[in-house]
Formats: sequence, C-alpha cells, structure tokens
Amino acid sequence: MKILVAIKQVPDTATAVKVGSDSKQIDTTGITWIVSPYDEFAVEEALRIKEKRGQGEVVAVTVGPDRAKEALRSTLAMGCDRAIHVNDAALTGADTLTTARALAAVVKQEAPQLVLTGRQAIDDDMGAVGAQLAEVLGWPCASWIMEETVDADAKTVRVGRQVEGGLEIFELPLPAVLSAQKGLNEPRYPTLKGIMGAKKKEIKDLKAADLGLGALTPELSITTLEALPARPPGRIIQGETKDAVKELVRALREDAKAI
Amino acid sequence: MAGAFWCVVEDDRKGMPKKVMAEVLGEAARLGGPVEALWLTDKASEDGLKQLGGWGATKVWLLENAGLAPYRGEVWVPPVAELAAKESPKAILAPVTSRQREFMARLAAKLGVGLAADSVALARDGDKLVATRPVYAGKLLSKVTWAKAPYLATLRPNVFKPADAQAGKSAAVERPSLTIPPPQMKLVERREEVSTGLPELTEAEIVLSGGRGMKGPENYVILEELGGIIGAAVGASRAAVDAGWRPHRFQIGQTGRTISPKLYMGFGVSGAIQHLAGMRTSKVIVAVNKDAEAPIFKIADYGIVGDLFEVVPELTKEFKRLLEK
Repeated sequence: MKILVAIKQVPDTATAVKVGSDSKQIDTTGITWIVSPYDEFAVEEALRIKEKRGQGEVVAVTVGPDRAKEALRSTLAMGCDRAIHVNDAALTGADTLTTARALAAVVKQEAPQLVLTGRQAIDDDMGAVGAQLAEVLGWPCASWIMEETVDADAKTVRVGRQVEGGLEIFELPLPAVLSAQKGLNEPRYPTLKGIMGAKKKEIKDLKAADLGLGALTPELSITTLEALPARPPGRIIQGETKDAVKELVRALREDAKAI
Repeated sequence: MAGAFWCVVEDDRKGMPKKVMAEVLGEAARLGGPVEALWLTDKASEDGLKQLGGWGATKVWLLENAGLAPYRGEVWVPPVAELAAKESPKAILAPVTSRQREFMARLAAKLGVGLAADSVALARDGDKLVATRPVYAGKLLSKVTWAKAPYLATLRPNVFKPADAQAGKSAAVERPSLTIPPPQMKLVERREEVSTGLPELTEAEIVLSGGRGMKGPENYVILEELGGIIGAAVGASRAAVDAGWRPHRFQIGQTGRTISPKLYMGFGVSGAIQHLAGMRTSKVIVAVNKDAEAPIFKIADYGIVGDLFEVVPELTKEFKRLLEK
C-alpha cells in the first residue's frame, strides 16, 4: 500500500516572529523551523500502517522553498521511504487552493491509496488544504481523525472523526484523504540510524511546470500582516486571599462587566 | 455588491440552530446583507426556522434530506455549489466548528474561490471584503482579501456581536430542488462523550482552565464545582493533557481548542505561547498562579499571585453568596 503524507515546514511555536519589510510576510531571520506538529501525527500514522501491513511505501511531500527540504529530511529520518519537494518561486505565497492543486497533481503522478496530512499547519492555521485536496481529487475525506484502521485488503479505512460532543466513526472507500488530530498517536523521535539513513534517501524536486500547473493566481491574498495590538496592562490584586477574591469578583462584575 | 450573504447553519442535530448562528447572522447584517440562512439537515424544526428569522435571516434556503446527516463533505458540497451557481451569493459565512471548517474548505475548492478560516473580524472595503485572522500562534494578525466572490469565511465563535432575537420576524423558506449525491462514507457509529453538564468549551461565555498547578486529575472537581455555579466550561493546558489528567478534547491551545470567551480564568496555568495561541482573543483574562513571573500575567487583565487551592474555594463561596442574594 502506497501512502502519501503532505507536510508543511513552519516556525517553531516558541520562536519569535516579526512582520517582514513588505508587511505581508514574516521576517524569516533567526527562525527555528519545524515540521508542523499535526503533520507529524500524519507521518507517524502512515509509518504505523506500513509497519502493521509489513509492506508498502510512505512518501512525504511538501510545497515550499529551499529550506523546506530540511523538514522533508526529518520525515525521512522518522522512516518515510522517499520525499517529493515541490519547490517553485511561482508558488511563493500560494493560498490553500493553489497548494491543494499542486498536491493533487503530485497525487495523480504517484497514485497512492491514501493521503494523510495534519488537520492544520500551525503557521497560518487555515486548516483547509487536506479537505481541498480531497475536493480537487473527488475523493472522500475525513478531517480531525483520532483513530484509524485500514482493512486487510486496503479497500476501506475506518476512522474516528472528532466532532463537537463526540466521535463519529466512518468507513471510507480508498483512496481517501485523512487529516490528523492530536490524540491519533504519539509521533516517534528519529533514531540516529534513521537520521544517518535519511541522508541517502531520495528527495525528488518538482517545478510547477512538471506538474502541469497553469496560471497560479491566488484566490485569497494577504493585504497586510501586523503585530497583535498589546493588551492594556493588567492589575495584580494584592491582599489576603479572601479580600483579593472579593475584590476580583467585584471588579469582574462592576468594572469589566464580564460576569 | 450584488448577491446575498449566506450563513451556513450549525445545528444541534435535533432541528435547532445553535446560538452561535446569532453571531454569524448578526455579522452578515452588519456587513449590509441581504441576510439569508442556508440549512442542510435531515430534519429542520418549525421553531428552528422561526429562530433563524428572529435572528435576522430574511430567507432560509432549506435543504432537508435524510442523506445530509451526519455531515459528509461529499454529500453537502455538490448541492450547495449548484445552488451558489444559480443564486450567486456575494459571501458564504459559517461558524468555526469541526465540520464547518472541513465543509467550507471543500466548498471553496469546488467553487474555485478563497476561504478565510477562523476569522475574528470582517470589514467591507467598497465592493470587497477584508477578513482579519490570527496567525503564527496568535502572535500576528493577517488581513486577507478575495480575488472574486463568493467570499467564503468561517467565523470564530464568541467574537462577533450576536443579532438580537426579534420575536415576530420570520424568514421565507425556500426548498430548492437539488441533487443530493449518495454518500461514499458510511457512518458506523457515533460515540457520545460523557457530558460534564457544563457548556461546550468553544461555545462557553466563561471558561475556567486548569494547568500544571492543578497537581493531579482528582483536583479538577473544584473547577467543575465553580463552573457549575457560574455556568462555565472547564478546560486544561497542554501540560495537564499530556500528563493524562484531562482528555484531549479539553485542551486549550495550539494543538487543542481555540476559544474566545467573555471571561477566561486560568488556574495554575503558566501561559506558554502554545496555550496563549488558543485563548488570547478572550475578552477578559484572569490569572491565578503562585509564580509571580508566570508569563500569563503579562496578558492578564486581573491577576492574583497565590495558591489556586485557596483561591478557587473562595471564588466558589463568593459566587454562591452573590447568587443567593
């Protein structure tokens, strides 16, 4: 069974981000980059499916600039067999639909039986690419999955989709697109052997033209990126617990009118 | 701008729209309307239709079919795309819920238009619409605009001003004839979560959150007791969830739920960036922590440097006293 995992390289959560000089993108100086955490759940799940079946291939794919190769290398160190890097200046600042179309073109070339991805990338938090990829391909899709089992014949997959108030268990015919929610698994750390082995694994570079992508005009564009306005300074309420609590409740009711 | 603002209805699966729809319909009206609801359901109720009218919908596009529940993207998208092609709405808005996030993304792909997910503000710019979205763990705000209509956006709950319910107002109900495709996905079962009896985290107006300072799973009962009195949901930080003290569905933060309540109260929560990402758009933030250096105090409106095991019972007592008055 061939599984494609779509990942994105994003700034580490703890890293400071500043608005760049064009006010549309971030200033990337000094940023620590990681594989988006939800995508790691997707990679882990793909590897577990392969291991359980005792055969198959897991291919990682990303759309991103040169630096994104490092993220692909991390997934190879975790155990992916090979990787595909869609790297084209024409895709800089691509919106989710453009990314989904590029990934769909890769899916058509690779013909996997399953595509896994994270529920959202933690940079722009749009959470749309997985579902849009399914739509472009005309495949069924389950988002925010918490559990997954592929049947023995690799014809269907049973998933638990997280919804408000519960979990919906669905059976989907393959091929399908699934997006991983936290709780699906605990991603492994690459071993030293994995890291060394990753250097020898293939990363194929693709340009937009290799994928037959036509004009790449985004449907959604960033007009400005700005820092979050600072919250007004807060107030530390001093005093004995009892008095402090009384004052807090009074302030919440009378000043803030929050309760 | 020609065309209407469609508001996709999120319902309680029992024929009633959820109250977050008052926010979506209210925002559509504020942006100039016309305000129309789009409801895909297996069974709508008369009260539900009245409710949508009361919240300002002048028309309800009702797609009522057994195949529409539970939500499946492959079944929902084709009829809505067909209707949109016929009616040319100028915008399609939905609240952020797990299914609406997927549905709106698929619909945007089908229509070949942009989607602004998890928006916290919308503004008219002439004929255009501009959405504001928190990005990079909520550290930055991104303003986005669409190349063409319909403008698709999902709206973060508790951020937009809800429409006032007006009795006597009603919406015209249209039942368009559309093709509902058969589903490929089969529902096997639905596992309900054990109800805490408290509001749902993303919908609650007040959220209490317990972090590592809670010391163990057994202590959340003091937050639940306080929550029961003031009608608050109880959430947790990643540290507490990763320690196995609370199920993941209660996690607030980057790899959990994003909330925006009127009042957030953190107890023993340090305020790591990934937690702030999920709650920093809360209107009023209260922090209770023994450590005066905890980063959460930097964004808190009110803070008490102290032991939560003393503060929480006092809060419970104080609110009880006020309620009895």
